[in-house]
Amino acid sequence: MSSTLLISILSMAVLYAVSVLYGAVGEIFAEKAGVMNLGLEGIMLMGAVSGYLVAVNQKNLGLAMLTVVLVGAVLGLIFAFLTITLQADQTVAGMAMLTFSTGMSGFIGKSVSGVNANLAFEAISIPGLCRIPILGPVLFQQNILVYLMYFIIPLSVFYINHTRPGMILRALGENPAALDSAGYNVFALRYAYVVFGSVMTAVGGAFVSLAYTNFWSDGMTSGKGWIAFALVVFSSWNPLTAVFGGLLFGAISAIGVDIQTLFPAIPSQIFATLPYIATIIALVFTTGNFRNRRSAAPAALTIPYDREKR
Amino acid sequence: MGELILEMKNITKTFGSVIANQDVCLKVYAKEIHALLGENGAGKSTLMNVLTGIYRPDSGQIFCHGKEVSVNSPKDAVDLGIGMVHQHFRLIPTLTVAENISLYTEKKGFLLNPAKMQKRIAECSRSFNLEVDPAAVVWQLSVGEQQRVEIVKLLYHGAEILILDEPSAVLTPQEAQDMFNVLRKMADSGKAVIVISHKMNEVLNNADRITVLKDGRMEDTMVRKDATLDRLTRAVVGKQDYKEHFRTQKNISPDVVFSMEHVCAKNDRNLDELKDISFDIRRGEIFGIAGVAGNGQRELSEVIAGLRPVTSGKIMADGADLTCASARERREKGIALIPEDRLETGLVPDLNFSENIILTRYSSSRYSRKGFLRFDRMRRDAEDYTKEYEIRHGGFDLPVGLMSGGNQQKLLLAREVSGNPKLIVAAYPVRGLDIGAADMIRQILLQQSEKGTSVLFISEELDEIFHMCDRIGVLCDGELMGIRNTSETDVFEIGQMMAGERKNSEKEASSYA
Ligand SMILES: Nc1ncnc2c1ncn2[C@@H]1O[C@H](COP(=O)(O)OP(=O)(O)OP(=O)(O)O)[C@@H](O)[C@H]1O
Ligand SMILES: [Mg+2]
Repeated sequence: MSSTLLISILSMAVLYAVSVLYGAVGEIFAEKAGVMNLGLEGIMLMGAVSGYLVAVNQKNLGLAMLTVVLVGAVLGLIFAFLTITLQADQTVAGMAMLTFSTGMSGFIGKSVSGVNANLAFEAISIPGLCRIPILGPVLFQQNILVYLMYFIIPLSVFYINHTRPGMILRALGENPAALDSAGYNVFALRYAYVVFGSVMTAVGGAFVSLAYTNFWSDGMTSGKGWIAFALVVFSSWNPLTAVFGGLLFGAISAIGVDIQTLFPAIPSQIFATLPYIATIIALVFTTGNFRNRRSAAPAALTIPYDREKR
Repeated sequence: MGELILEMKNITKTFGSVIANQDVCLKVYAKEIHALLGENGAGKSTLMNVLTGIYRPDSGQIFCHGKEVSVNSPKDAVDLGIGMVHQHFRLIPTLTVAENISLYTEKKGFLLNPAKMQKRIAECSRSFNLEVDPAAVVWQLSVGEQQRVEIVKLLYHGAEILILDEPSAVLTPQEAQDMFNVLRKMADSGKAVIVISHKMNEVLNNADRITVLKDGRMEDTMVRKDATLDRLTRAVVGKQDYKEHFRTQKNISPDVVFSMEHVCAKNDRNLDELKDISFDIRRGEIFGIAGVAGNGQRELSEVIAGLRPVTSGKIMADGADLTCASARERREKGIALIPEDRLETGLVPDLNFSENIILTRYSSSRYSRKGFLRFDRMRRDAEDYTKEYEIRHGGFDLPVGLMSGGNQQKLLLAREVSGNPKLIVAAYPVRGLDIGAADMIRQILLQQSEKGTSVLFISEELDEIFHMCDRIGVLCDGELMGIRNTSETDVFEIGQMMAGERKNSEKEASSYA
């Protein structure tokens, strides 16, 4: 394989990985807090469209990202209110979130569908580092949201495993009653992590529309929210493992694009299904009882906390 | 007795139409162990949960050191120095002992330093004479050890008032005595200790003052020297003529109803748990399994019920080979199970009374016609059971998770018995039950055996086993240490076998003579 082809496949893989990692890392935090959000795909779409709308109309990326964060926070608050305060079933609420946000994104995005924003997060070369053979152009000629992810991953691993709030987070998804009796505010903590997860997911959506594919059309995240959701299980709720999962899916989808040119006779849709097939295989192997290990899922995941219930 | 630390005045708490506490008053002094007694559902846990801020009372006041306080959330209770070890422990199984204790007691600092944290907690637990391994992960600990962690947690935090909800229900007698010794030391050091228990002897031996709740009201309160077994029993059960039921009549026939031959099985961690178990049970016999909990009892009952595969050996019932039969086939052959975890394996807490009744027979023509449930019959049977077994509950449509432990157990037993089983496997059937309910459960089992049903009775209370069983097998580390006729052995010998002494003497009673 020529090195340019390799570099192109690998940089595509990195971009793809980052596009799903924002949602995956956010969802890891929310699920560790005990709340599962099935609506990631919808929230990503809302993030993608709101960022793109502001970019087209205001020509300001900073303002676009601020809007995305706000939209993510509002959606997160709605979901938290449904699942934590009203104790709605998380699967049902997640599906509601999904259909609502998907529909909403299509509706508010009508005016910019197919419109070129002429504005996107451009790749920035890091002087020096970008000259490393192969890895340099792959890792250090990327846009700022990719670089941000380089910090988010180690920080979140460190937060979860080595800080006191991280320890509280691990407890929150295992036994909220224990935290409650110890005097912590279980509801406030869950709200915070659900909102955080939703904001991250919305940013992931904006990454797709403003830093990856750079356009908006209906349903343009094309299942990346679901891949992010699958990555959470795939990674056993560990952000670092999620990176490898993300890169693996990224590589598979990038190879799909390149192989396509070599086999023009095979319909492109077949190659486009590769990441999904990989997801299914990975899910079967990571969640099935093959290795007879204790499942890493938080014990209280999807169970609303009610102090007076027994 | 020290100064008055805590006073609860006229506490009333209702859940819908259920009055869990009504005008309850409670005084607790420093340096005392205060026992709280009462039937299942009398409102003991509710009262303590009001004190710890988990339930908000409808009315009533709480005074701490003479000052009125409001306990609106668990945080308020923690700040007041009120700490509770709940009936179901509130620990995080995936965290270490040190992390669990630190979560409760140390709320400052951003970075974790596990080594230092463990050292602090090891020192503290040593100073209380309560050894715990701070680096151990909680799910690997035995129940007794987990309880110790809970106690250290409260002590380290400096709780002044310690509440323990049925702490001895899951402990061996030795562990229970150790625990009371610790509590006594705590009381001597100036703390107040409140203990909920169903075990009269334990209360009489260890408590300074005793309060009895009945139907949500305070029935009686006394200091230890005024307390007698009789007075307590009467206050709890509320009957003048309370008498325990023992095995008196027998109706044992020589034919073998059930047998196991050289059965081996693995536990959840995939290690060998049951090793070469062989025994048989005659019609109408009560066969006891003695032994410290956790020595294979759970696996044994699951293997018999068909919930766990055997790795080798043979299981026979009524002459048919059931080794590979499904749980349903075994039920149809007349094997009934009262599992040790009634709310996980036995009942579905979120389903209502009638639904739980048909759980094992929903497809029988009695309860379903052309795929539709016959609600009228379900309801009628539910009413019959309620009357026959004196089950108390808030209504047929409420989830059974809201019923008290004793009444859940009666419901479970009613269901299992009503299928006219040939063998009832009863694992710790009276665990956590008040003396009245416990006796009722034992009485039902005795009656069944008199009618010719066989019973496999698993328990760790030797008194109970000796009162109930015809033969006793002792389980230790997954092996059957020996089988004895109850009339030819004593507590001492069984105790030795429980500790792992194998006794294959000529006294071996491999089958009932
Ligand atoms: N969260 C709840 N929701 C509804 N009803 C409840 C709840 N908690 C308790 N009850 C009801 O209140 C009554 C008292 O229950 P409580 O748990 O205090 O009894 P208890 O004395 O602790 O019994 P046990 O010995 O079985 O533990 C029972 O009738 C119970 O069904
Ligand atoms: Mg209770």
